[in-house]
Amino acid sequence: MKMMITSRGDFVSPRFDLSSEVLVATYYDQQLMEEPRSLLLADVSAEILCDLALKENVAVVVCGGIEEEHYQFLTWKKIAVIDSVIGPHKDVLRLAMDNSLKPGTILPGVTSREVAS
Amino acid sequence: MKIASALQNVSVVGELLDGIPHGIAILGTDLCILRMNRFLEAMTGYITEEAKGVYGEFILRTNLGTKNQICAEVLKNGESVATDGNIINRRRKKIPVHFTLSRLHDGEGRPSGVLIVLEDSSVVKVEKMSHHEQTIRTEILGYSPQMERVFELMSVLARTDASVLITGETGTGKDLIAEALHKSSQRARQPFIKVNCGALPEALLESELFGHVKGAFTGAVTETVGMFRLAHKGTIFLTEIGDLSLPLQVKLLSVLDDQEFFPVGGSKKVKVDVRIIAATHRSLRDEVQQGRFREDLFYRLNVLNLHTPPLRERDGDIRLLLDHFLRQFSTKLGRDVTDFSPETIDVLTRYPYPGNVRELRNIAEYSANICQGKAVELKDLPLYLFREETSLVLPSAASIMSSATPRREEPGDVSVSVAAVSSTAGGWTEMEKKMILDALRQSGGNRSKAAGILGWGRTTLWRKLKKYKMV
Repeated sequence: MKMMITSRGDFVSPRFDLSSEVLVATYYDQQLMEEPRSLLLADVSAEILCDLALKENVAVVVCGGIEEEHYQFLTWKKIAVIDSVIGPHKDVLRLAMDNSLKPGTILPGVTSREVAS
Repeated sequence: MKIASALQNVSVVGELLDGIPHGIAILGTDLCILRMNRFLEAMTGYITEEAKGVYGEFILRTNLGTKNQICAEVLKNGESVATDGNIINRRRKKIPVHFTLSRLHDGEGRPSGVLIVLEDSSVVKVEKMSHHEQTIRTEILGYSPQMERVFELMSVLARTDASVLITGETGTGKDLIAEALHKSSQRARQPFIKVNCGALPEALLESELFGHVKGAFTGAVTETVGMFRLAHKGTIFLTEIGDLSLPLQVKLLSVLDDQEFFPVGGSKKVKVDVRIIAATHRSLRDEVQQGRFREDLFYRLNVLNLHTPPLRERDGDIRLLLDHFLRQFSTKLGRDVTDFSPETIDVLTRYPYPGNVRELRNIAEYSANICQGKAVELKDLPLYLFREETSLVLPSAASIMSSATPRREEPGDVSVSVAAVSSTAGGWTEMEKKMILDALRQSGGNRSKAAGILGWGRTTLWRKLKKYKMV
């Protein structure tokens, strides 16, 4: 199974449409098949990200805030979207692989100054 | 500890904040949320309890740059910032917002945090938009039921991104409508590129539309991007689309389907995101029947169709437009021409205006220039108006479109025979056939002589004879 997390630094990016970096992870039976790939995008756009999700053939997209039309597009394309997630992408990935990540989850680790640095 | 003390101060003004009808967030010096008022809770979908202590950017989800740079700068410099932007809330809604950020200080004057006021500007935007629609409407004059229908349809078409085909006689305002559609669409801030397909020969038009690479043909010393690439993310307006040659129609169709094309002489495909608005004074359906316009392109363009009514069918608009243009030109020329005499109005309202609003505007300009008094008299009107009144007979637009049912001529009616011929399906074909027959009759059946009479080569005549099945 493939998952795409929109990221910024070590965190899930606050907005889907403004993400310039994504993490693509392939996992099976709660185990990573390989080291997650980090992709840097030349342009920032929700449409590019939607295209990328389709091209990469991902089953799950984890992101922060996402507009309804992009959310509907992805779900229409049979991609599960877990949105409004706040937290470090490492923890988010672990939870998502465990199938315990829910939309709107706020994980610890987003309250420190490190976020801004 | 610091957060707790700051919160204590904040709780004093807590109720006050809830009373303010804008979203308000108070961030600590670490740029984490300390407090949000009720309005902001409703706006973002987060309540203060769950957002407290979380880095502000993750909760507000603004587009004000990455890593909350603006907040950090405000905190550092102490200079307030007001800017427009947007947020995406938990309900996945993008809300346009006017942000005001200012630094907070504690009792000793040390920076203690940042105050962010988020003013929902979606209401203001809607108001601006309706004002904008009104401005566009005032650019296109008309209060007749026919024009009301056009305006209604325009407001619907502006909201979509589909191709639009505007049809109507010459001078009915197709260009204005196309521009108004663009201005009130979501692409309004992007370019609006107008291309007259009838103005350039085929080879030039292809390069004009799709651009060419350096060395694509003799004289192509530099690369040209072409109108399609210039209109990227905006709207391209193809006027006189009926004059487009068949090979270019094929290329246009492929652009419409795939949104990509090869520039002339290029080997690299170019992708564009363009909305197409096309216009023509011809009946494209007839052109399709005549084999001069591709059926597939017609259906592709004709997703949404808007027909502009001819002026003679717009009840009451002639008087309105005459007054408007007369006022406009007399102000421009510094004249004191204010009105039309009753006889002049009688003539002008009965005139069929084959050139529609463009012609009416020219008549008003002529009158404003010529008239020496305050009111325009019959002598101040262009002479051709009186000549045509006696010689021409007016058909309605319906009869121009379908010449099958002859219309009874009414006294005082004036017709546009030239327009009727050009608009009637097969008008030129019939004319050409007649010319060939006449020439053959004159030459006694000798094709070489007939070709000479017509000014054609013998092979041209032969080709035409075959084309019209006259052999």
